[in-house]
This record gives sequence, structure tokens and C-alpha cells, in this order.
Amino acid sequence: MPRYYTEEHEWIEVDGDVATVGITDFAQGQLGDIVFVEVPDTGAELSQGGDAAVVESVKAASDVYAPVDGTVTEGNSALEEDPALVNSDPEGEGWFFRLTLSDKSQLDGLMDAAAYKAFCDAL
Amino acid sequence: MTETEQLDDDGAIAAATEVLPLDAWHRAKGGRMVEFAGYWMPIQYEGIMAEHLWVREHAGLFDVSHMGQLLLSGDKVAEALETLVPGDISALKPGRMRYSLLLAEDGGILDDLMITNEGDQFGIVVNGAVKWEDIGYLRENLPDDITLNHNEDYGLLALQGPKAVIALARLVPEAAGLVFMQAIPATWNGHAIGVSRSGYTGEDGFEISLPNEALTEFADALCAMDEVKPIGLGARDSLRLEAGLPLYGHDLDPATDPVEGDLAFAISKRRREEGGFPGAARILGHLADGAPRKRVGLLVDGKMPVREGAKLFDGNTEIGVVTSGGFAPSVGAPIAMGYVPTGLSAPGTAVAAEVRGKRVACTVAAMPFVPHNYVRKTGA
Repeated sequence: MPRYYTEEHEWIEVDGDVATVGITDFAQGQLGDIVFVEVPDTGAELSQGGDAAVVESVKAASDVYAPVDGTVTEGNSALEEDPALVNSDPEGEGWFFRLTLSDKSQLDGLMDAAAYKAFCDAL
Repeated sequence: MTETEQLDDDGAIAAATEVLPLDAWHRAKGGRMVEFAGYWMPIQYEGIMAEHLWVREHAGLFDVSHMGQLLLSGDKVAEALETLVPGDISALKPGRMRYSLLLAEDGGILDDLMITNEGDQFGIVVNGAVKWEDIGYLRENLPDDITLNHNEDYGLLALQGPKAVIALARLVPEAAGLVFMQAIPATWNGHAIGVSRSGYTGEDGFEISLPNEALTEFADALCAMDEVKPIGLGARDSLRLEAGLPLYGHDLDPATDPVEGDLAFAISKRRREEGGFPGAARILGHLADGAPRKRVGLLVDGKMPVREGAKLFDGNTEIGVVTSGGFAPSVGAPIAMGYVPTGLSAPGTAVAAEVRGKRVACTVAAMPFVPHNYVRKTGA
């Protein structure tokens, strides 16, 4: 399944019309110990670049933005009990939410893994 | 310390972020550097949570060289200081130190500071973020025959945690004989240093003032020991929050007096009787009749951190604001500090904080959140 990345350090993995969203390993490393994650409610309508979730480290709260437009189908309830999953497995078990895509063409504007790596290396 | 100036976008002269003497040392240790109080400082090395817990169990080395180390000498320094702070400085014996507050004319807190009677002079350690303002205020308000030196040739390290005494005694054996809030001059590798049993984490520990050129070697000597790791600003903040200790510029400011700040202990008995400090009428009035508001601790329900700036509510009435807050690693839950009306300041009182439009239940709690481990008597 194709996986895309944003300049805001989110990843989105697409499976047909459904996608899973999380933050990248680079992002969790920058944030440090994560102690709380607020995921969007099921049914929430997200628009590309708008607020989608909040991730809180010991030090600070950070917004997570929607990489594309879509309707939330599920938040990762495992993060309620164990927010540190975002540190230990950010691009797997530490996913944030799933959504149905409203406009698949928005994916064209995102980076692939190689482009994202180059983006991070340049930071 | 290097101080440089550069032109900002508006063409005005802006002070550039300064570099502390241990800058390269922090970077070599993996410190993630951030701007704080005008300096590049390490926010963390391996991670705030691990560093915080390490200090509670072992010993952590903090670079607090951004703080201002001031020396006051001359005739009747204690009496002169008492015109600006509410502590009984005249009763402070040589080798003893005291937490005090620099007060504005209206009794508002300009800074919190440590005052040490060093025998022939008084040492004062002030917060880095306001040290230049403090120096200006002291120069303006102290008599001309009192000399104020800002000792920029010395850095300041804090070694904090239950193993701090074991570690430091290997380098400075006499440190083990000190009790909390006691200070001595000492010598290490030919350098004149100052050691006090004090700190701002709630743990036993020491602050060591030493010449800039000796800092790297001293820090290396401590961090070569199994008990000691370098600790960043992030853990310093979570440790002091758990210890119930206010952070100037956040939990204390010029609009707040010592009674409101829950720092009435810093107003000595004799000073309560005699007054003679700035804002004495307001402060003594608040002591007698209660202040309209008070700094309190807050235990937060659930896991969502409540941070600085969150509004506090009693029902639908806005009653105050959170001034510090975050996840407390040793408590295992979010905690906060904030201001509420004195009538709602009793431990156990239920209030609510507003975070991103949602209400979070909080309970006023006695501080510290984690018991202090100060050493008030030595075994020897």
C-alpha cells in the first residue's frame, strides 16, 4: 500500500478510499516522551492542513494536521492507555486515526519515502 | 561569556542569543540546545522522562550558568538589602543562605533569589531571564557605598539527587558536612570554588560556583561517575514543578506579592513586626486578612496535561489561571500550579481547567507533590 509524507511530518498510508494517518519517526524523536494524544472523533470532517489531532510530550502540546481532506472513521483507542506507542512504534501501532478520502488527487502533492527522507536530511 | 549584538530585520540592535561556557560540552554530550533566558541551553539529552527519574534516584548535573551571580560588599549590606527584600538578612549567619524575594515598590515580586552570607560579603543568585533588570534595580536602590559585582567569570552547576553527596564528596570532601542551605568556600584542583547544599528540584543536592575555565573539567569529573548524568532544562522544570517550587516569570511576576504567591514563609518574623520592605502595607495586610488570590497546586484528572495559560473555573465562573503545568514523571499523572481565589484554595477543592475548549476536572492539592528530601542534619 502506498505511503505518503507531509512537510509537517505526518505519514498517510492509503488502501483504496481509506487511509491511516500518524506522525513520523523523525517527529516523535523531535517531540520526545509522549504522554497524551487527542485523536479526532469518528465522523469528524477534516480538511487538508487543518487541525486533526494533538500530541503532547512532557514539555509541550503540538498540533497534528490533516494531510488530506476526509471523514474520520476511527481514532486509535490504544493511544489513550499507552500514548508512548507513538514513541516506540510511530509508523505502526502508534497510528493516530483512519479516514475516508474525499479527494484522492490531494495525494499527488505529498512526498514519497525517498523525498521525505531527503526533506528531513535537509533540515 | 560572549556577548554579541546583531541587527534584526527592523535594523534595530537586538541582543543575540549568548553561548554559555559549557556550550560545546553540552553538544558533545548530545544535548538538544534551545534558546532560554537569552542563552543556548540544553533542553534534554536522552529524554526528559528518563532524566527526571534519574535525578530522583541517582544524581543529575545541571548547568545553571545563565543565572546571575552577584556579590554585594560594603558597610551594612544586610540592612541595605532588607530595604528591598522581606527576609531577616541581618540574622543570616556566615555560611548560611536564605530564599528571598526582590520586591517592587508596590510589593510585587521582581525576582526570587538566594542570598548567602559569605562572611565578608553577600552572594546573591538571581534568575537568568531577569538578571539585568535585577542588577539595575539593585544599583538604583542600594546606597552608593555598597559595591555590587556581577561575577561573570564564574559559572554555576547544580548536582541534584540522593547520590549527589556521594559523588561530590569524591571531589570536594567537605561538601558532605553541609546541611541544607549552608554554604562554604572550597578549593578544587587549585580553583577557588563555592559549594552550597541547595537546589531547586526538591532533592538533596548542591550548587557549585566555579571559574569558567574549570567548568568543563569539573563537569567531566562528575559525569565520569556512575551516579551522575547530565540533565537538561526540561527535567529541571518538571522536577521543580513536582517539588511545588515556583518558576519566576511564570508562577511569579510583578503583579503578584509574596502572600499571593504562597511564599509567606519568606517574610521573616522580625520583618512582619517591623515592616520596612517595599509594599509592606499591602503585604502585611494580606498576611493579616488574607490575599484575594493564592498560588495552589492542582492534581489533574485523567491523562491530558493542563498547561500554563489554561483558565480555571468554578462552575461557569472563571476564577483563575494555570501558571505551570505538565506531565509529572514521578507522580505518573499531569499536575499544575495556578492562582485561585483564596476562598477556593483549600486542598481538596474541586475546580476545572479549560483545555482546547474542554473542561478538565482538577483538585486543589497541597504542595509539594513529591516530598522534599532535604538534608537538615548530617549523620557525622
